[in-house]
Amino acid sequence: MKDTLQKNKNVSDIGDNYAEKYGFHDPEEYFHKGARGLNHEVVEMISQMKKEPDWMRDFRHKALDIFLQKPMPRWGDTKILNAIDFDNIFYYIKPIAEKGENWDDVPAYIKNTFNRLGIPEAEKKFLAGVSAQYESEVVYHSFRKDLENQGVIFLDMDSGLREHNDIVRKYFSTVIPAMDNKFAALNSAVWSGGSFIYVPPGIDVKIPLQAYFRINAKNMGQFERTLIIADKGSRVHYIEGCTAPVYSTDSLHSAVVELIALEDSYIRYTTIQNWSRNVLNLVTKRAAAYKNATVEWVDGNLGSKLTMKYPCVYLLGEHAKGEILSVAFAGKDQHQDAGAKVIHVAPNTSSRITSKSISKAGGRASYRGLVKIHPSAVNSKTSVECDALLIDENSRSDTYPTMEIDADEVRVEHEARVSKVAEEQLFYLTSRGLSEDEARLLIVNGFIEPFTKELPMEYAVELNRLIELEMEGSVG
Amino acid sequence: MNSAKTILKVDNVHVEVAEKEVVRGVSIEVKAGEKHALMGPNGSGKSSLANALAGHPDYKIISGSVELMGRDLLSMDVSERSLAGLFLGFQYPLAIPGVTVANFMRAALKARNGGEDIMKNFRKDFTEQLKLLEIDQSFATRYVNEGFSGGEKKRLEILQMAILRPKMAILDETDSGLDIDALKVVAKGINRSAPEDGGVILVTHYQRLLNYIVPDKVHVMMNGRIVRSGGSELAFELEEKGYDWLESKIVEKAGV
Repeated sequence: MKDTLQKNKNVSDIGDNYAEKYGFHDPEEYFHKGARGLNHEVVEMISQMKKEPDWMRDFRHKALDIFLQKPMPRWGDTKILNAIDFDNIFYYIKPIAEKGENWDDVPAYIKNTFNRLGIPEAEKKFLAGVSAQYESEVVYHSFRKDLENQGVIFLDMDSGLREHNDIVRKYFSTVIPAMDNKFAALNSAVWSGGSFIYVPPGIDVKIPLQAYFRINAKNMGQFERTLIIADKGSRVHYIEGCTAPVYSTDSLHSAVVELIALEDSYIRYTTIQNWSRNVLNLVTKRAAAYKNATVEWVDGNLGSKLTMKYPCVYLLGEHAKGEILSVAFAGKDQHQDAGAKVIHVAPNTSSRITSKSISKAGGRASYRGLVKIHPSAVNSKTSVECDALLIDENSRSDTYPTMEIDADEVRVEHEARVSKVAEEQLFYLTSRGLSEDEARLLIVNGFIEPFTKELPMEYAVELNRLIELEMEGSVG
Repeated sequence: MNSAKTILKVDNVHVEVAEKEVVRGVSIEVKAGEKHALMGPNGSGKSSLANALAGHPDYKIISGSVELMGRDLLSMDVSERSLAGLFLGFQYPLAIPGVTVANFMRAALKARNGGEDIMKNFRKDFTEQLKLLEIDQSFATRYVNEGFSGGEKKRLEILQMAILRPKMAILDETDSGLDIDALKVVAKGINRSAPEDGGVILVTHYQRLLNYIVPDKVHVMMNGRIVRSGGSELAFELEEKGYDWLESKIVEKAGV
């Protein structure tokens, strides 16, 4: 036992591979780059440049006031949070004048970036629509005509606001008010980009829609805003991916994602977050599920310096279902504070939370979760399963599960496990000829299999490859 | 005398577990084509020897030497021993959650250099072995040993042996926990897949497995030593008279 753990202590710098594959950056030749820092003038400038309706401009200004008043969260990673220098961040960068609907319309350097990230290739192969955001704005957007003809709307959020003001106004910020938390307020004040999706009643969008978020500039703050509405009996699967260059100073990514699943509808939201190790990823994601609706968050967190993210489902209608499946990989100098929240409001609702975390090379993974069952939510059931895997002795895993059960006749299951890569398992696998690295990788891949199998094939392959890179050199 | 080539040569091996000596000078020589039975009561050191030979970190060989087809086994790590042709059938096979049997076997084959040909035939080979071992095809997509019955676990061990084709197989209590039907299937599997020009050591407490697999040699271990070696008849004698009989004989011999 001791020998292996000893070897594990000599961990090579696992940021190395990232730098090559995702960590590059383009020169900054932007259409518009605002000044550093945040105040009402910046908010006004953003709103003016976007030619927004008054209600949105007012919303932003109010949100800024809330942001300025609200204290930092006193939980999570307070040390990193309190060190954020909001005056040093660029809140709005518009890379180009107009977004393209064809990759040829996109400036070559940006196109090359997305090429290197494999986006156009993925679009050709298996996506019904793609949105590519670079800094603050979506620079490329495409969507299949047949779906558009069926009335499905898939736009960047700014275009959504311009072209569908009525729908946006009806739902925007109804699930996550600006008051919710400091970072939701910040996003509400300076949001830019993100996706707007509306699926009309009865429409089944069979092929996933994807958005890809890329931060390029130093000290950038990316604040995309996503709103997805699945109307009665409709179905949609949305996927987001994220990367950034490797810089020595921090960038901030603070998104707000709101999902509205109306009666009998189904939304799945899949994230593979692979930010570079200088990004603070502080995201608020929440869904409202009405009668018979199902919302599934499939949430993978590999990158970033600190992630604080707790995808949430409010079960507001009878027989609504919420499922949150997440994986967090915390490597050297990383803190993944991730988890899930489910609020049962209506009777006969059900939820399931499965959280898996892997800590390696001194990384720290925390599960933070809340299940609340209101008195009205009789006959509800929930199950929470947290599984942590420690690759070595100096890594860390914590669990902060909260259960507030105020209704009778509910079924609650909760399980939490912390395991180490067992010496006996390693012996078993190596006795079949696998090297220790191969054995460990197989164990890790097996550990996250319940997550991987939920991903579209291409993403599962990519995730396994990313894990392989993370695991490389785990034995010195 | 058997002039076949020596597959495994264990010479005066001492094994320590948690600073306690559990194998105290054991020598066994297995020649090509031979099956040996290593018998003995619980705690006699036979499983410790098996684990030590495979390289389990808790079982330290403190003295003696082991050669696998002329190569120094003890200078190899666990993985290298496997690649060199050694196979340990586990008494308690481990569960690897989330890893399918098929993926596990594929990974193990891939680890073998020049596995290209084997990989090509993998699916066919694998399906055929499942059939021979009377295992349902759905086995391939189940997670390794997770929720397996005792019988399924042991069959999977034999399946691995059949696919990895070792030169020297040490099967640690492969018969324990099996009902008579499962025992027959497993025994048939061992007879069929045992390395033809290699060797087998069957580690077992009971004689019953030896009704189906006739060993060329039987060794009886007690208190970390081989106290008696003989032909297959020794196993029957033991079955009849029990380990106590041998123990009393040893005591007699020692003149206590």
